[in-house]
Amino acid sequence: MSKIYETVIGLEVHVELATKTKIFCSCSTAFGGAPNTHTCPVCTGMPGSLPVLNRQVVEYAMAVGIATNCKITRYCKFDRKNYFYPDNPQNYQISQLYLPICRDGGIEIETAAGKKTVGIHEIHMEEDAGKLVHDEWEDVSIVDYNRSGVPLIEIVSEPDMRSAEEVIAYLEKLRLIIQYLGASDCKLNEGSMRADVNLSVREAGAAYFGTRTEMKNLNSFKAIARAIEGERARQIELLEEGKQVIQETRRWDDNKETSHAMRSKEDAKDYRYFPEPDLVPVVISDEWIAQVRSRQPEMREEKMARYQTQYGLPAYDAGILTGDKTFADLFEAATEICGKPKKVSNWIMVETIRLLKENGMDPDQIQFSPENLAKIVRLADEGTVTNTVAKEVFELVFLKDIDPEAYIKEHGLSTVSDEGALRAAVEQVIRENPQSVEDYRNGKEKAIGFLVGQTMKAMKGKANPGMVNQLLRELL
Amino acid sequence: MANIISDETIEYIGILAKLELSEEEKERAKKDMSEMLAYMDQLNELDTDGVEPMSHIFPVSNVFREDVVTNTDGSKDTLFNAPEKKDGGFLVPKTIGS
Ligand SMILES: [Zn+2]
Repeated sequence: MSKIYETVIGLEVHVELATKTKIFCSCSTAFGGAPNTHTCPVCTGMPGSLPVLNRQVVEYAMAVGIATNCKITRYCKFDRKNYFYPDNPQNYQISQLYLPICRDGGIEIETAAGKKTVGIHEIHMEEDAGKLVHDEWEDVSIVDYNRSGVPLIEIVSEPDMRSAEEVIAYLEKLRLIIQYLGASDCKLNEGSMRADVNLSVREAGAAYFGTRTEMKNLNSFKAIARAIEGERARQIELLEEGKQVIQETRRWDDNKETSHAMRSKEDAKDYRYFPEPDLVPVVISDEWIAQVRSRQPEMREEKMARYQTQYGLPAYDAGILTGDKTFADLFEAATEICGKPKKVSNWIMVETIRLLKENGMDPDQIQFSPENLAKIVRLADEGTVTNTVAKEVFELVFLKDIDPEAYIKEHGLSTVSDEGALRAAVEQVIRENPQSVEDYRNGKEKAIGFLVGQTMKAMKGKANPGMVNQLLRELL
Repeated sequence: MANIISDETIEYIGILAKLELSEEEKERAKKDMSEMLAYMDQLNELDTDGVEPMSHIFPVSNVFREDVVTNTDGSKDTLFNAPEKKDGGFLVPKTIGS
C-alpha cells in the first residue's frame, strides 16, 4: 500500500501599498513613468542621503493588521537586509526582522472542506526593488529604479494550509480585505500582489514537518494552484524513491508546468540583518490604533448585510457583488445614479460577468463607467431599446465605454413602436411562414413564439415585442 | 589568536560580497579579519547581561513624512554618473534569475 501524504503550506505575500509616494522619499509611485524619472538620491542609495518614513505606510500596515486580527507592535523598528543585486542600489533593503509592525493574527477561510482559520505570523513593512529589463539580443540588462522604494507589506502566514484550494481561499480573502481597505489594488498579474509558496509534505497525521521548499514566480491563482500540485507530486515522488527533499528556492515555470531550483549561489540566504541606523523607532499609541480602527471602511460581511436590507437584494446577489471590490463599487455608483438596484445587479451578474469570461478578463480590468451602466439600465428598463438591443449596445459599453444613449440615437436603435412599420413586417412574416401559421391555427400555441422571433429578426431586434405579439394575434 | 578565519569562510564572504579574490588577497583578508575579530573580543569582555540592545543613541521616535509627492523628474541626476546608460536606464552586464 502506498502511503497517504499531507501537504503543509505557508505563504509569504507581498503587497504594494497604494500610497502616492515611496516609503522613504517623496518620489511618486505612479506606474508608467519613463525609466528613472521617479527617483532621487534616497531611493537610488546615494551616499549621504537619509530616509524619512511615510506615515501613510504605517497606517496602511496597521489597517491591514487590524482587519486580519493581528496584534499591533507598540514599539517597532526597521532592519537592514544586505544583499547585492543590480535591482537594489543601496546594496541593502530596509525591512523589519526583529520587531515587525503586526503579529499573531489570522483570517477565517471557507472551502468545500469547511471553515478554518489561517494564522498570520507577522506583517512587516519594507521597500520594493528596482526593475531589470533584459536585452533580448545583447548581453546586457537595463535598470530602472522607479519601483525602488515603493512601499510593500509582507504578510507571512503560519503553515496552516493543506491544499491548493485553501491557499486560493486564503489569498482571495486577503486580497478582498486589502482591496476593501484601499491599501492596495492587489493585482497578481501586475505584481502589486505576489505570493511565495512554502510547501512540504509529510505522512498524514504525522507530528513532524517535512523539509520545505519555497516556490517563486507565481503570477496568477491558476499558476499558484498548478505549482502547488506540481511541487506536492515532486516531493512525494522523491520520498517514495527514498530520496531527500532539499530545502531550496524554486522558480515555477507556468508554461512548462515545472519548477527548477534557483542556483544556490544567488540564493545564499545570509542577509546579515542589523538594526537600521538611519531610521528612528516607530512608537504606536493606543490612540493612534483607535484612530486607524475608527477609519476602517465597511468590510464585506457588513456590505453583504446592507445590500439585502437597504437595496432588497437577494443574498445570492449580495454575495457576488461584494465578492469583488470592483463589482461592489460599480454597483453602488450605478445604483446611486439610476435608483434601480436589482436591475443594476442583474446587469453586473449576468452580462458583465459573461463578457469578462469571454474576454478572459478579471473584474478589476473593467473599464466602463458606472454612468454608462446606469444609462443602459435605464434605457432597457424604460423600453427605449429592446433587451436584445440593450445587450448588444452593452457589449460596446463594456469594450469601449461608449455613451449608450448617444450611440442608440446615432444608429437609430430605439425600439420601433410605429404600428404601420410593425404591421408591414408582421404581414410579411405571415406570408413567408405558412407552415407555422397553420400550426398556430391548429392550436399549437408555441408557433407564435417562432413568428415573434422571425419578426424581431426582420426588424433587427428593434421591434417592440409586446406590439409584435399583439399584431400577430390580431392578424392570424 | 582565537579567531582563525578559515579558507571556507573567506570563500563564502567573497560570494556574499560578490568579490573574486586572488590567493594573496584572500590571505591578506584573512589576516585583517582576524584582527578585527580580536578587537571585537575586547568588547565582548564587557558584561552586558540584562542590557537592552540599543540601535539609536537619541531618544527620538516617530519621525514621519506626509504622503505628498514633492520630488520631480530626477532621472538626469540619477543617471549623471552612470558609466553606461541606455533608454533612460543604467546599462549593466546581463543579470538573469531573481
Ligand atoms: Zn526617491
